[in-house]
Amino acid sequence: MSDMEETEGTEGPGVPVAPHRVIGTPPPSPRLLGSTAVAEHREPATAAGEDEEEVVGVPHNVGLPPDDPKMVLHGKRAERVVAACFTLAFFAGCAFIAAYVGIGVGTVDKTLRSNLGLGSTLAATLLLLGAGALIWVRHLMPNVELTEERHELRSDEKDRQAFQEVFKEGTGYSQFVKRPLIRRTLMLGTLPLLAAPIVLLRDTGPKPGTSLRNTVWSPGRRLLVYGTNQPITPADFSAPGSMISIVPEGYEENDDQLTKAAVILIKFRPGELDIPTRTQGGTLVGTMNWTVDNIVAYSKICTHVGCPVALYEQTTHHILCPCHQSTFDAAKGAEVIFGPAPRPLPQLPLTTDSSGYLVAKSDFTQPVGPSFWERG
Amino acid sequence: MSWINARRRRPAAGYAALLLGLVVVALAYGALTSSGSVSQASAAVGAQQDTAAGKRLFQANCSSCHGLEAQGTSQAPSLVGAGAAAVDFQMSTGRMPAKEVGAENERKPSSFSTREIHSIADYIASLGGGPAIPTDQQVDPALGDPGLGYQLFSANCSQCHNAGLSGGALTYGKDAPPLTEATPTQIYEAMLTGPEAMPVFADGAVSPQAKRDIIAYITQTRVEPNPGGFSLGRTGPITEGLVIFFGGMGFLILVALWITAKRRDPRPTGME
Amino acid sequence: MSDTDFDVPKALSGTGGWLDDRFHGARGLRVLMRKVFPDHWTFMLGEIALWSFVILLLTGTFLSLFFIPSMTQVTYHGSYVKLDGIKMSEAYQSTLNITFDVRGGLLIRQIHHWAADLFMAALIIHMLRVFFTGAYRKPREINWLIGVGLFTLGLLEGLFGYSLPDDQLSGAGLRIFEGALQGIPIVGTYLAFFLFGGPFPGHDIVPRMYIIHVLLIPGILLALISAHLFIMFHQKHTQMPGKGNTEKNVNGQPFYPYFMAKGGAWFFFIFGALVLLATFATINPVWLYGPYSPVAISSASQPDFYMGILEGSLRVMPAWEINFLGHTLSLSVLIPFALPLTIVLGGAALWPFFEQWATGDRSPHNINDRPRNAPVRTATGVAAMTFYGVLWAEGANDVIADKLQVPLYTITWIARVMVFVGPALGYIITKRICLGLQRKDAQELLHGYESGIIRQLPNGEFIEVHQAVNEERRAVLEAKPVPALLPGPGAADANGIPAPSSRGLLGRARGVANRAFAETIPLETNGHGDVDHGNGHAVESGEEHAAVGAAPSGSGHGQLPAGDAAEEEPREGG
Repeated sequence: MSDMEETEGTEGPGVPVAPHRVIGTPPPSPRLLGSTAVAEHREPATAAGEDEEEVVGVPHNVGLPPDDPKMVLHGKRAERVVAACFTLAFFAGCAFIAAYVGIGVGTVDKTLRSNLGLGSTLAATLLLLGAGALIWVRHLMPNVELTEERHELRSDEKDRQAFQEVFKEGTGYSQFVKRPLIRRTLMLGTLPLLAAPIVLLRDTGPKPGTSLRNTVWSPGRRLLVYGTNQPITPADFSAPGSMISIVPEGYEENDDQLTKAAVILIKFRPGELDIPTRTQGGTLVGTMNWTVDNIVAYSKICTHVGCPVALYEQTTHHILCPCHQSTFDAAKGAEVIFGPAPRPLPQLPLTTDSSGYLVAKSDFTQPVGPSFWERG
Repeated sequence: MSWINARRRRPAAGYAALLLGLVVVALAYGALTSSGSVSQASAAVGAQQDTAAGKRLFQANCSSCHGLEAQGTSQAPSLVGAGAAAVDFQMSTGRMPAKEVGAENERKPSSFSTREIHSIADYIASLGGGPAIPTDQQVDPALGDPGLGYQLFSANCSQCHNAGLSGGALTYGKDAPPLTEATPTQIYEAMLTGPEAMPVFADGAVSPQAKRDIIAYITQTRVEPNPGGFSLGRTGPITEGLVIFFGGMGFLILVALWITAKRRDPRPTGME
Repeated sequence: MSDTDFDVPKALSGTGGWLDDRFHGARGLRVLMRKVFPDHWTFMLGEIALWSFVILLLTGTFLSLFFIPSMTQVTYHGSYVKLDGIKMSEAYQSTLNITFDVRGGLLIRQIHHWAADLFMAALIIHMLRVFFTGAYRKPREINWLIGVGLFTLGLLEGLFGYSLPDDQLSGAGLRIFEGALQGIPIVGTYLAFFLFGGPFPGHDIVPRMYIIHVLLIPGILLALISAHLFIMFHQKHTQMPGKGNTEKNVNGQPFYPYFMAKGGAWFFFIFGALVLLATFATINPVWLYGPYSPVAISSASQPDFYMGILEGSLRVMPAWEINFLGHTLSLSVLIPFALPLTIVLGGAALWPFFEQWATGDRSPHNINDRPRNAPVRTATGVAAMTFYGVLWAEGANDVIADKLQVPLYTITWIARVMVFVGPALGYIITKRICLGLQRKDAQELLHGYESGIIRQLPNGEFIEVHQAVNEERRAVLEAKPVPALLPGPGAADANGIPAPSSRGLLGRARGVANRAFAETIPLETNGHGDVDHGNGHAVESGEEHAAVGAAPSGSGHGQLPAGDAAEEEPREGG
């Protein structure tokens, strides 16, 4: 019987009885937990307890009693459902093994079918087992609730005192406090051992030295198109708006060197390219003299954290790095116009060799890539 | 009184007149222009020097922005020297005629037939040369090496078009389109002519064979099935993150609500 | 009852006895079987992470049987013919083999990666739940710190895990990591060269990440997770406020068999959900990305979502580099690399202690707070979420620009502003919402809820009848802590000496914080004044008030007219 019913029933005759429950209002108070559930209370065995828990509650049923006909019928129905779930899970599991044996792999199509077959059967098995277990708990096991007492985590004073006494006693035996010389020399003796694990890491790698300051580009080294590894002449690269990725000859597959030496080559229309002559600390770092026939080469390694700056927009002549959107103006010496990159892309001095191929005049005149402490 | 006169004041009369007018205009339009058809993979260009027809078409459809002699105006660049390939690309993808001046042009169905596009292309080529429309053999993916194509694509194309071919953002509202719809010919032409913001990949740097390798890579990748299930747009970890939160966690939270829901006593089987 | 009408099988009791002879387990296990775990769906979120971790261990073991952690270059001639002839590392090749040549390989790979994502997502939601309910308070501060540690380790574990296949996408991430590392002052280049065994990429990073990923971090994670669970076990889980829930008890169902069954079911559901994802949703298709090359990159290059905050910080930062005594300090790298995560994780780690310091509350808490009842905590949490979220979204800026057609730089500018404005707005708005909700609760307790029943008074007025909240709801509403005020700067003891803790800059700051924390809407425990509250029927005095259902006696609602008390009786007995 709901509480509201009784409330309405106390109205006088002639007053309309309100409905059972109005949509949108909270339901009446469900069965309460009832009286206290701590029926069993055991005395602690000893002061500093042997067991964690000294109090064990007794669960009690808050639903209908199990022999209630509604419960019996419900239980039978639930049992069938749970059994069905588990049985289906069995078949799904067998199907999984069959799928493994029967569906091969080795091409993309076969892999797709194998993945579908194995995955759907395995998922079915697992979800059915889960659903079965859950329905078992919720509809077959009686609706019991249990209250457990928390005990104070803080130990009582007696225990703390006892602890302190034993601790002081043991410390006294060790004479740790009484003999400072032992104490101090012990700490001294173990100190190097603490440093040992760090020291042992020294050989994990070489010292950086000056390797970050230069790349493998050198006078006369040919520019090769990445992928085809073919050298390139200005005539090959004459269409304005062209862009291509370049690697140094001799290091086409050396990833360690390409991490610094990758270059982006861009061709401009006459009059578009306007690289200001720039120096940094007395060193020339950018000039129109390093271009050939309106073809300019910049380092492809972003000066932010080293991704390849690869997006080139022909119309705006912006070079955009896809990682963090640093944007460089290729017509103006790759100066930074947006984004977190702190410095323009270094320019590779270009010239042609006797066969007409584009070659480097020298290495970059400043370190390429992300900044580092010793860059200066 | 004629049959029409007797009914001319009915409400339906207005609609009938309108419908008649539309039908007449449509028929006239259809008769005067060609019917729209989406251009398919390029037909052989052939040696037809159909420049007269091309010139007529150009002047009717393109000269308002590009100038009567394709010399360019303030609204559109000169097409002298642009070449047949550029015309074929822009028109077969429907980018040209452009909807608005200055906006980035998106792919849309072309309202010109392949023959018409080729005529205009021939006309433009006759004005100042430029890259030619590739032959079928030049763009045949079966003749390309997708492995080499992968290397070139990853270094020069995927930073804009995405490794999964789903496209990407450029600056100031532009974007590089996905490569899922372009025909092999259109891909070739785009590389050759560098439409809009796209750089030019002329034959000197990326040879015709290399272009074919790239085409082979693109065409294979876009039809490749996704063995792991739905591709989620081939956009990468962003969509994966969205799926795990809204799909994975969402589903599991619903299950958790089921697990911890308050138990109700079973309803009586009979009447209330 | 008939349920217990059986004999324990000899095998079971025999084994039990054998073990008990050696381990003295009877009493402890008996207590364990009755141990109570409170039931609320938000308490299951940490278990998602736990079971995901178990699944990671299982699937990871399978993968480790096939994966080759080597960067030796090989030429590919395997099943994925599109890449035939391409040079790649053995690590990448073995990943292709697992995907295309091992039955179940792709499935297990995808379950593993989805489970890693789910682990991190569950941790985030779990940490937020613990934070917003104040479950990190005494005695659970250490568990909170362990949790923050687990999250940090999870970040690293995931980073190394998805970098193992040495594909283009994760390689770009490693390059960013190395670039940021080498920018650290004084030791940066050394750290980078030692970690990578030389210049990037070198030949050592994959084998090193491998051993860290399969042995070192999982070992630490296992130890920390065990400690986390043991502490929770020992201290008992917290409870939500409710009827019968006190600081001194735990209500729920017994461990055996209820919690075991529910826990098992939960494991199967989580595993099943992950397998469903692995079957129908592609994750990390490394064959599409190709092997790593430092010359190549793709658009939409992002790390997995849990690294999104770092990615976003790197994108949002404007260019800033300074020259410090002849040395280069790239602040546009160092600040994003170090600051946001330190703020979020460091702030999380310190928060329990800050809250204790500000509120002066050193009592243990076993009942959770409703987030509205702790406005400063909730508002700070939302501000932190906003900060994290803005940077996380900025990490996806190029994808947002492309898909939603918003200009790229505009998104970055919005993020640059919102990273400061967003948290402030979030704090202010959330705090006001919390106080508003508190007001609503106080009103509900006082006046009852609107029952939807419309009554017409004799004088013609229509009123909506309010019903008193039921006992469960009352218990929840009343379980509201009263924050204590520390002595303020003006307060002085009997002799006129101000409290020592309130002196000085720190003391005054503490006072400010304390007053902020103490702002609350008090529950009214006295009667409403002169209005008579009937039992849902018309008030004879003609007062134009919505009548309130009388509350059960002793709820502190106020004096009830004697006539109503008689009508209360049948209700109580129901």
